[in-house]
Amino acid sequence: MKDYHYTGAVENRFSPYAFNGGTVLAVAGEDFAIVASDTRLSEGYSIHSRDSPKCYKLTDTTVIGCSGFHGDCLTLTKIIDARLKMYKHSNNKTMTSGAIAAMLSTILYSRRFFPYYVYNIIGGLDEEGKGAVYSFDPVGSYQRDTYKAGGSASAMLQPLLDNQIGFKNMEGVQHVPLTREKAVQLVKDVFISAAERDVYTGDALRICIITKEGTKEETIPLRKD
Amino acid sequence: MALQDLCNFDGIFHESISTVRHVMASGKKKMCNYAAGVALSNSTSLFHFYIPVAEYLDESPIQFGQISTTQSLSRNPSQELFLSPSSLPASFPFAASQSVPLPFPMGHGTTTLAFMFQGGVLAAADTRSSCSGLVACPASQKILPIHSHMVGTTSGTSADCALWKRILSRELRLYQLRHGRRLSTSGAAKLLSHMLHPFKGTELCVAATLCGWDGGELDDRCYDHRGSETDHSEDRETTKTPKANLETTVSAPSEKVSLSKTQSSSFIKQQCSKRKIRFSGPSLFYVCSDGTRLEGTLFSVGSGSPYAYSILDQGVRWGLTVEEATSIAREAVYRATHRDAYSGNFVDVYHVTSKGWTRRTREDLKEEYYREKERKKLERERQGTTLSE
Repeated sequence: MKDYHYTGAVENRFSPYAFNGGTVLAVAGEDFAIVASDTRLSEGYSIHSRDSPKCYKLTDTTVIGCSGFHGDCLTLTKIIDARLKMYKHSNNKTMTSGAIAAMLSTILYSRRFFPYYVYNIIGGLDEEGKGAVYSFDPVGSYQRDTYKAGGSASAMLQPLLDNQIGFKNMEGVQHVPLTREKAVQLVKDVFISAAERDVYTGDALRICIITKEGTKEETIPLRKD
Repeated sequence: MALQDLCNFDGIFHESISTVRHVMASGKKKMCNYAAGVALSNSTSLFHFYIPVAEYLDESPIQFGQISTTQSLSRNPSQELFLSPSSLPASFPFAASQSVPLPFPMGHGTTTLAFMFQGGVLAAADTRSSCSGLVACPASQKILPIHSHMVGTTSGTSADCALWKRILSRELRLYQLRHGRRLSTSGAAKLLSHMLHPFKGTELCVAATLCGWDGGELDDRCYDHRGSETDHSEDRETTKTPKANLETTVSAPSEKVSLSKTQSSSFIKQQCSKRKIRFSGPSLFYVCSDGTRLEGTLFSVGSGSPYAYSILDQGVRWGLTVEEATSIAREAVYRATHRDAYSGNFVDVYHVTSKGWTRRTREDLKEEYYREKERKKLERERQGTTLSE
């Protein structure tokens, strides 16, 4: 987000970071979890790709969504995949969502003074089969949530989720638990709204639905302008 | 051992261990030789601990976060200093390049407070985690339990606080296993302060208050001194009064102290032969990443602390009951969240006693605002009717 109205002396310095845009969202239900992201990869005023989804499948029960700087997203997912394999080979079982979240926190903090510029959200099922969402900041602080939006349109989506899923700031409303169909519909509506108002979000929406049967993926077109 | 496994720390500190120890340790690298009374694997003293980001202090190609601007030293001497066999990595001025600003903001802004009173230590905090104008998390946890008898309030960058608390918990647990007793709050504060010292000058930001209850387990070594329990009560009173006189009025501490003595056997002063007499009871320390380490009876940290101090200075006394203390703490956080934009949402209250810490259910302050509005409305109506009569 550069300022193009220069009035004085300007120093151009190399920045190792770039902002590639994109929004990720995760919702946890009673026995399911949804991780959704748009598929636009942009930089400044250009679009590099319209088909670059930001959800990465880690295990049968865990999907991670990473948005921010695409280079760091790729490296981070490679590191996580390697660590998952190491864990599988030495402990003879797959990592649980909670364990992956704790591990990611230490991976991110090990780069405290040259951070990974990535906003991560992990969605999956915990050991009891309930939906779990873990949201991170770029240096590794994390906590478990029911829903979270991250990325460029997060400030627009998070209040909407607070209202519709968390029933916050509403009086006299019955707190109905979220069904899977309603959650998927909500995610679609929310991303359509985000694509309207955020320039870095659009092109297509990739939804990963995680249940105990496995992970299902859906792709829905969004605004391309 | 999570952080050590993660980052392959063997390479980093083994160079700094002296040759003798290295020879001994190399034979059994990962095993801890507790028979000798000393763990040889990775740390022989409390200061040989793994700092997860130590390698980036001098290896980072771009000087992120180095906000000190000394120009004198070049990089090579400082690298040698780092690898020299000293117990702590020497703190050295960083190379003089300007720091590249990070493209994203870190979480800051909070109101936390802690104070001591006759019933133990009370810690309270809000739960809003803000990132330069955006509320990143309305329900974060700012009071983290460290072990059964200590909690720490956190302020500053949330990731830093979460991680350093984790490291502190691990080190305290190791100390407890090695020495058979818990480290005192004073010792824990010193440990945390020393762990944060190498990062002085960087943008690491941790401002924590450690609230704990010291003294507890009896070692077998100290068992014969238990009989002198009764005469220690006066001594304990005298050691307590200088502390209590710091900020609060002393209102008959002796009855309260002896009352809590009957609650548990942990009030016995441990008088082991080689150690000096240690204080046993509640303890409160403030530790900051710029190097401050203060002992006190009342602290409030964060952007909302001035507002909290005004309530606390007015009401905190040594002789408060638990209910009164809880309500003052809650009120202080509530007023601070009202006036400070970066504090808000819920309030957490933790209470540390000789039996350990207990947590009050998280309370939504939004309800409190509405209740207060109702109260004010009723008062105005009542005043209106009395005036009109």
